[in-house]
Amino acid sequence: MIIKGKVWRYGDNVDTDVIIPARYLNITDIRQLASHCLEDLDPGFTGKVSPGDIIVAGTNFGCGSSREHAPAVIKQAGVACVVAASFARIFYRNAINIGLPVLEVGEAVSRLTEGDVIEIDAGRGQIVNLSRGQTISARPLPQFVAEIAACGGLINYVRERYRNGV
Amino acid sequence: MMPRDGFPLSRTDAKVNAVSMTISEKIIASHAGLDRVIPGQLVECSVDLVLGNDITTPPAIVEFEKIGLPVFDREKIALVPDHFTPNKDIKSAELARMVRDFAAKHRIKHYFEIGEMGIEHVLLPEKGLVGPGQLVIGADSHTCTYGALNAFATGVGSTDMAAAMATGRTWFKVPSSVKVILTGSLPRWVGGKDVILHLIGQIGVDGALYQALEFAGGGVSALTMADRLTVANMAIEAGAKNGIFPYDQRTADFYSGKPAADFQPCQPDPGADYAREITIDLSRLEPLVARPHLPENVVPVSQLPDIAIDQVVIGSCTNGRLEDLAVAADILAGGRVRPGVRLIVIPGSQQVYLDALERGYIKTFIEAGAVVSTPTCGPCLGGHMGILAAGERAVATTNRNFRGRMGHVDSEVYLAGPAVAAASARLGKISSPGELGL
Repeated sequence: MIIKGKVWRYGDNVDTDVIIPARYLNITDIRQLASHCLEDLDPGFTGKVSPGDIIVAGTNFGCGSSREHAPAVIKQAGVACVVAASFARIFYRNAINIGLPVLEVGEAVSRLTEGDVIEIDAGRGQIVNLSRGQTISARPLPQFVAEIAACGGLINYVRERYRNGV
Repeated sequence: MMPRDGFPLSRTDAKVNAVSMTISEKIIASHAGLDRVIPGQLVECSVDLVLGNDITTPPAIVEFEKIGLPVFDREKIALVPDHFTPNKDIKSAELARMVRDFAAKHRIKHYFEIGEMGIEHVLLPEKGLVGPGQLVIGADSHTCTYGALNAFATGVGSTDMAAAMATGRTWFKVPSSVKVILTGSLPRWVGGKDVILHLIGQIGVDGALYQALEFAGGGVSALTMADRLTVANMAIEAGAKNGIFPYDQRTADFYSGKPAADFQPCQPDPGADYAREITIDLSRLEPLVARPHLPENVVPVSQLPDIAIDQVVIGSCTNGRLEDLAVAADILAGGRVRPGVRLIVIPGSQQVYLDALERGYIKTFIEAGAVVSTPTCGPCLGGHMGILAAGERAVATTNRNFRGRMGHVDSEVYLAGPAVAAASARLGKISSPGELGL
């Protein structure tokens, strides 16, 4: 899968409370919920993000709550991929499970800045910064995790397995 | 031995000969049907309990129904509507109804309605539903609380919850373990909250990312079960997958009088491999707070300037147990909440509430000028029952102080244990009990 888009850049420890504040967690309509994506960190985010754009952040992205609403609103807002130095584990797992591509790149994240246009080959774990002519390698997904991602998420993966009588 | 369901394993033959395992590795191995596991290995495990709340269960129900299987075991699923309950508004009422209807349809044994409920991580240990050697997943990040009881317990999202409700299984990457060696015993007015805040302050909010925190050493026996539950509860705040304690006499005592269950106490093997070791001398700790807006911003109360506060919250899955209320009642007895400060006390369960009533704590709180709420997560996550306005500042015995966590994005939360919270309520500024001459 090739993803090409513009970078929106954030810092370390972007927590699930700023990704989707708990005051909105009583909302079940995902479109309505997604209109509050990143509201407490970057209030104008949903107005400026375009489909296919990429969030790039520092360490421990998605720390805090287990709320799956966090990757879900990012995906619904049109973000095609989240690239971070590192991810909090529940967010990472949730993103894979719901089919939001996530790539961990460590310190190389410093070579991506706001407004850069980048092209991501998720399968190969390669990121090309088209604005700066640099290439960054991401840690590849473990094979089994890549299988879930390839199925579009955990539910499809489980359905597939049980349909096949595994 | 091969894994039951043919999950690909990334084990290296060189290391697989190491027989010694940490507590987490042993519990994961036993639930994966394997003799041994090593960090980094991907395994599929059976689960002993799957947990969800009123926020995370509704999306799980939607995903569960897409799978098209029945629940794997109606007695191994716990549904605890605790976040926005008693229903704070119409939307929350609809979420709660969805959980209630699902519980009725699938005859879920452990569904807890208003009147018998509590904050999930206070309630399930109290009911004896989680215990030694078990593997528990919950669609709530503080599921790691049960590590205090020698269970491997970790938070997951709604989709993982859905898949586990259908299959009774889930996948893990085996975490490496960090050994946290506790020595000595806690001074007066210092509790489990100070222990875990100290650790998070040392290693940071991602200091144990993807790892297990395993507590060890002679200091463990000096920690009450309430203290251990508080410590394990906030393992996630250091990025950890879980926090886990060894089994000892206090663990055994915790289950006396509770229904018998198939628990398998689990100790680490001698010679188990740890990613790193950290030693904490409990006797050197003092009352701490975590300043806004990260739990790693830890400083001793004694080093703070005067910081005026608007609200104090004593409760939550971190510090809403009877022992926590006892500490607060000790400090509030005979005193008054400072005018201009709002003190909200939230017992963690109906049983905690009842016990606190019988021991006179509730009377003490009310006479001191506090309000006492029915069990709920409520203000901890900015849900209801104590939301902060712009510019307001709270001291809370809760677990997160992220920006906007308890209300307005421009409000502030200082995390502390019940002793600091109660003393702060009396003095109207962030204080330790020592400042009251206690």
